[in-house]
Amino acid sequence: MLGYILRRLLYMTPILFGVSVVIFLILHLVPGDPARLVAGPDATLEDVEVIRSSLGLDRPLPAQYFSWLGNVFRGDLGRAARTHRPVTHELALTIPATIELTLSAIAIAVLLGVGAGTIAAVRRNSAFDYTSMVVALLGVCTPSFWLGLMLMLLFAVKLDLLPTTGRGGLENLVLPAVTLGAGAAAIIARVTRSSMLEVLGTDYIRTAHAKGLSARVVVLRHAVKNALIPVITVIGLEFGYLLAGAVVTETVFAYPGVGRLLVEAIDFRDYPVIQGALLVLALQFALVNLVVDVLYAFFDPRISYE
Amino acid sequence: MNRDSGSNNSEREDRATAETLRTAPGFAREPRSLWSDARSRLLRNPVAMAGGAVAILLILVAIAAPYIAPYDPTHQDLANSMAGPSMTHLAGTDVHGRDIFSRIIHGTRISLRIGFLGMLLGCTVGVILGLVSGYYGGWADTVIMRLLDVQLAFPGLLVAICIIAIIGPGLENVIVAVGIFSVPLFARVTRGQVLSLKEQEFILAARMLGAQDGRIMLTHLLPNAAAPILVLCTLRIATAILTAASLSFLGLGAQPPTPEWGAMLSDGRAYLSIAPHVATTPGLAILITVLSFNLLGDGLRDALDPRLRV
Repeated sequence: MLGYILRRLLYMTPILFGVSVVIFLILHLVPGDPARLVAGPDATLEDVEVIRSSLGLDRPLPAQYFSWLGNVFRGDLGRAARTHRPVTHELALTIPATIELTLSAIAIAVLLGVGAGTIAAVRRNSAFDYTSMVVALLGVCTPSFWLGLMLMLLFAVKLDLLPTTGRGGLENLVLPAVTLGAGAAAIIARVTRSSMLEVLGTDYIRTAHAKGLSARVVVLRHAVKNALIPVITVIGLEFGYLLAGAVVTETVFAYPGVGRLLVEAIDFRDYPVIQGALLVLALQFALVNLVVDVLYAFFDPRISYE
Repeated sequence: MNRDSGSNNSEREDRATAETLRTAPGFAREPRSLWSDARSRLLRNPVAMAGGAVAILLILVAIAAPYIAPYDPTHQDLANSMAGPSMTHLAGTDVHGRDIFSRIIHGTRISLRIGFLGMLLGCTVGVILGLVSGYYGGWADTVIMRLLDVQLAFPGLLVAICIIAIIGPGLENVIVAVGIFSVPLFARVTRGQVLSLKEQEFILAARMLGAQDGRIMLTHLLPNAAAPILVLCTLRIATAILTAASLSFLGLGAQPPTPEWGAMLSDGRAYLSIAPHVATTPGLAILITVLSFNLLGDGLRDALDPRLRV
């Protein structure tokens, strides 16, 4: 098992190397003087020159890349052009909020998706099956920012039950988490349903029914366990996409996470923050994928780690 | 569906089986192609046909937008700001007193243009990369697929945001962003098809007859790999429209006063409590458009490969 994890980490290395090169190059691909971009729009000429020499922007690109990478490993991502605070400080303020949001969203998505998908499969062609699959189809096609605004309109403006924006207690988390998790819930429900239908048609389920087990035991103890194996992959993939979706959801609800930090940084052309936020989101995505692969191997005995 | 998840395997279809079926005795009396089979299956799928009908209607609306919109989409009438839906303004007016219904109609043009051009860009680049990667194999394959892996290491929308961060906000740049965003999927699907096709006899025959690589790829491999690519094209139009609207909502796409749906929603956000209709209608327009292309794409997939039907 440990060897398997290590091999997966090893496989990730070249991809992460590529990701870091892309994020490093952003600064050099943008038309204009990189030193001026790092310094920000309101910097003086002296500031720009100081940054040019401190970042070594006059040296060849590979040398710049490796010194940038060295700084990243030391936890130095430069200073934000807008606030003049270290980028790591900005990230430290926003990362917990995004983790909180994405974890709540995936929890909602898994509960709703696996629950609805399982019931829909067990009661195939029932009213519940049709309704939940139509809702799931709509859920996939609904723009999350619109869903967010409609939920806000209903629960915050009309019913006055929940706050519209910001971060604080649980009541601030409900609407953003539901908004972010809805699309993933829809996909998970569809995959769970088709996977359950497949398992329910197998011989061992018929045997379980034949030996007189109650339908409840057959579904919960025998079918769900095997049906969930492909669902785990989808949950992992969706969790990854939630990190990108968080950019939009955080903007809708003015929720102070990494996504909103990124959008504001793009608006302000604050390149050190853009690089930092992209790095964090890509790393989280890679980490989630790693965890999913490991969980998958753990849950499915047919996959060997060797 | 249109999410990137798992679409690779589901959209790969086993052409070998289709070929055997087609040439099997008993089928030979009345030769039917994959496409005519698929067409009759598609025509018998009411959900997909409904999606297709709405998609065609939207395309017509987009073409005829200037003639059917009752008002100029950018004409301001401040005395009539944020009026609710009425007979004169079917969907009401926005904060500048502009007719929302006319803006939605013109927005169809913008969104479909982004959807089609973005898809076309992603499809062209992706298919070429996939053909080269699958046909030549070796180091070309390794280099191309590893580079695409790097792009796939960024979750979905983030790729588009990253590209916008480099080339700057704006409508034309959004087309580039959603195009590049789709490249890896097209490349992977095409490559998968090419890998299973290139060992077959008809490719060997073409090569023995002295056909050049470019000719084999374009006239023998591509037409036989077209079915899953076509499905992906339809689904990617939906994704491109949704992604473009998200970018505009974030302020990274269309700039005011362009009547783009995502941007209109973003405008409406500030007046949600006093004029909810401003944000509601553009969202419905996006939902209907994305839904229609997704239903058509799902129907096409079912029609072209019945074994994939769940």
